Amino acid sequence: MAHFDENAKPFSNQWLNDRLAIDTVKRVLSTEYWIPKNINFLWAMGMILAATFGLLVVSGIFLLMYYKPDVNLAFDSVNHTIMSEVGFGWLWRHIHGVAASVVFLIIYIHMLTGIYYSSYKRGRELIWISGMLLFVTFSAEAFSGYMLPWGQMSYWAGMVITNLFEGGSLHLTGLVEWIRGDYVPGDAYLTRFFMLHVFLLPLIIIGLIVFHFASLRLPHVNNQEGEEIDFEEAAKLYKEGKKKESKVIPFSPVFLSKDIFVMGVYFILFFFLVFYNFDFAMDPVNFDPADGLQTPPHIYPEWYFLWSYEILRPFPKNPGLIAFLIAQVIFFLLPFIDRSPNVAPAHKRGLFVIWFWVLVVDMIALTILGKLPPEGVFNTLGTVAAVIFLLMWPILFIITKLEKKL
Amino acid sequence: MREFKILAVVVFFTLVVYIGVEPFAHSQMHAHVEGHDFVYDGTADIEEANTRVENTKEALKKAQDELAKIQGIDDAPQEDIVKAQEAIKKQEGALVKAEETVKRKSLFWNNVASIAQLDANVSNGEASFGTCMACHNGAGINMGGVIPPSLDHVGSLYDRNYLIALLKDPAMASNVDHKYANTMMHPMGSVMAMVTSDQQIADIVEYMMQNKVGELEPKAAFEEACVRCHAVRYAKITQLGDTPEFKEEKDALAYKIKVLDEQALVKAYMGKLPPDLSMMIRARSPHYMETFVENPQTQLPGTSMPRVGLTKENYEKVKTYLEEVGDPSKPAREAIGPWVILFFVVFAVLAYLWKKSQWKDLH
Repeated sequence: MAHFDENAKPFSNQWLNDRLAIDTVKRVLSTEYWIPKNINFLWAMGMILAATFGLLVVSGIFLLMYYKPDVNLAFDSVNHTIMSEVGFGWLWRHIHGVAASVVFLIIYIHMLTGIYYSSYKRGRELIWISGMLLFVTFSAEAFSGYMLPWGQMSYWAGMVITNLFEGGSLHLTGLVEWIRGDYVPGDAYLTRFFMLHVFLLPLIIIGLIVFHFASLRLPHVNNQEGEEIDFEEAAKLYKEGKKKESKVIPFSPVFLSKDIFVMGVYFILFFFLVFYNFDFAMDPVNFDPADGLQTPPHIYPEWYFLWSYEILRPFPKNPGLIAFLIAQVIFFLLPFIDRSPNVAPAHKRGLFVIWFWVLVVDMIALTILGKLPPEGVFNTLGTVAAVIFLLMWPILFIITKLEKKL
Repeated sequence: MREFKILAVVVFFTLVVYIGVEPFAHSQMHAHVEGHDFVYDGTADIEEANTRVENTKEALKKAQDELAKIQGIDDAPQEDIVKAQEAIKKQEGALVKAEETVKRKSLFWNNVASIAQLDANVSNGEASFGTCMACHNGAGINMGGVIPPSLDHVGSLYDRNYLIALLKDPAMASNVDHKYANTMMHPMGSVMAMVTSDQQIADIVEYMMQNKVGELEPKAAFEEACVRCHAVRYAKITQLGDTPEFKEEKDALAYKIKVLDEQALVKAYMGKLPPDLSMMIRARSPHYMETFVENPQTQLPGTSMPRVGLTKENYEKVKTYLEEVGDPSKPAREAIGPWVILFFVVFAVLAYLWKKSQWKDLH
């Protein structure tokens, strides 16, 4: 049995230390959790994501109090009850809708930052993989949430996406019906996606966030030059007061002060969108109630799924599905496809920098083409962009294999 | 400096994505429709008919090329040749019809323009207006598909030219003539038997423009112009108008049955029940709404929705009402928005000062 100070006042620092080791926890997780000093604002994206997720949870809780998961009531509970009868219901809904869209923008920036600075290599593989798991779970969370207002786009996007599980020529109609709980999206479908959206998936996301943070603690955060830092030595210098010479800063309060400033700027933009430009996150088509007898002229997913949708679309059915599957998993394999020995920013890695910008431009092209009607020149461009995306991965393997150690 | 460069790169790519998937993609998905600023002189209808002529000519040329191609092949099967010849005949017939429509429309709208020039006699108009009251009597009884709307403010709500056209030929005026082989089948078709001379039309319209006027609130303008076909469930409005409060459930149910009966009649007339308009203001862009109300055929070719002939001013009122119902948070949003943003500006400034103080010894 450990030693307990009998005289410690209940809930005093000593009393808590004996029971929870709060000083140690604080030291390990914040005041002596060392972060490299050589970073830029892109290193704040993780905290911005955490804050946006927090906003989604809080606004979601308020919406949950009035939302009704029933095909006859869902549309009106969102568009009438929440939007005009509940005090500030509109505000929570617009925050929730805008945050759901913006969170993906930040996820993509966060991912591309990781790729640019090679932050998925040499000890940081699990950070990358847990991040990708978060991306996939967020995608499922976004999709299930999109079903809930039960508008035209909810219904038809649900129809199209669940149809993918038919597996092309495998004709797994039984699987599709099992997922839907019905032949077509209906009440059983809506209630199960409601459960996924408000319970199971958020639970998994929270677990994954903890895992993502944990996977970061030992390898430490990367820095702008990909420099390998002796954290113990740097920490010693910092604690001795040689802050200028030390290459690190503590997570709290120094790193956090920068994060919070970036967050402040981000929230200005975020709330500008919430109050003045929320339409981009709330498709007009979804303000028409779901109607199984009337297909909208254009069916498209939200913008953050468009690039993978466009990898599915230009090919015939079966190859399209295979390409789509590859697009879903290929990023998981990034740390293993990249054979380079270097952890360095892309502009120091020769051909890799070209590869990186081609990837960015190609994914943006796929995103835009994914929303355009698949006709004429758009169709051709879409096919080219999709083929380029698929070729990017063997090319990455080759160019990183040839990369010389810096 | 480096931070700003990185920020510029991030902002640039974000904007490219935004412009690509929002304004650009939407401009490609929806055909652009020119509005006519709520002027009803037939320009739009004649343009439409001319476009149909052009399209038919193109189809005819295609059919002729097809025949030439088949005839170019040695021993082409006879049945293919016959098929191609039939296709040509079909397009030729369509072309004659399309050209006739252009003529018919031009003639009609020229006629409307000349009626508009006539010297009108208001007291004769008042006498003739009595005939209108046979149907537009406020009894709330469905006649041929809809309950005839109130004419109390008809002179302010609708365009003068449109009213002349409506009395001359209701199907042509509302641009749904494609639905009727004969305008007499239109719910208001009987007006053509009751008001027969151009002078009479000019008189009635002048009477309405002078006497059936009044400033309308947005809701009233909306109810007079739209509610005979459209319900607004978020405002408890049905095709029978505002839903009264009932103490007894029995009475509420009896009223509901009356509504369902009325909806069945409207549905039989329109082909399907016209959509509830509660959320329409958010489901369609402002440009779509405006051009659609002005001339439904431009946005939904073949639709059975008639052109209603609202003036621009009254269209704005209808829009205002739809906004009140479908987007009621707009005033609150505009009131709170600046304060929230100001809060985060102050927040960011304070956070910046804190960051500066934390980082001052580091470099």
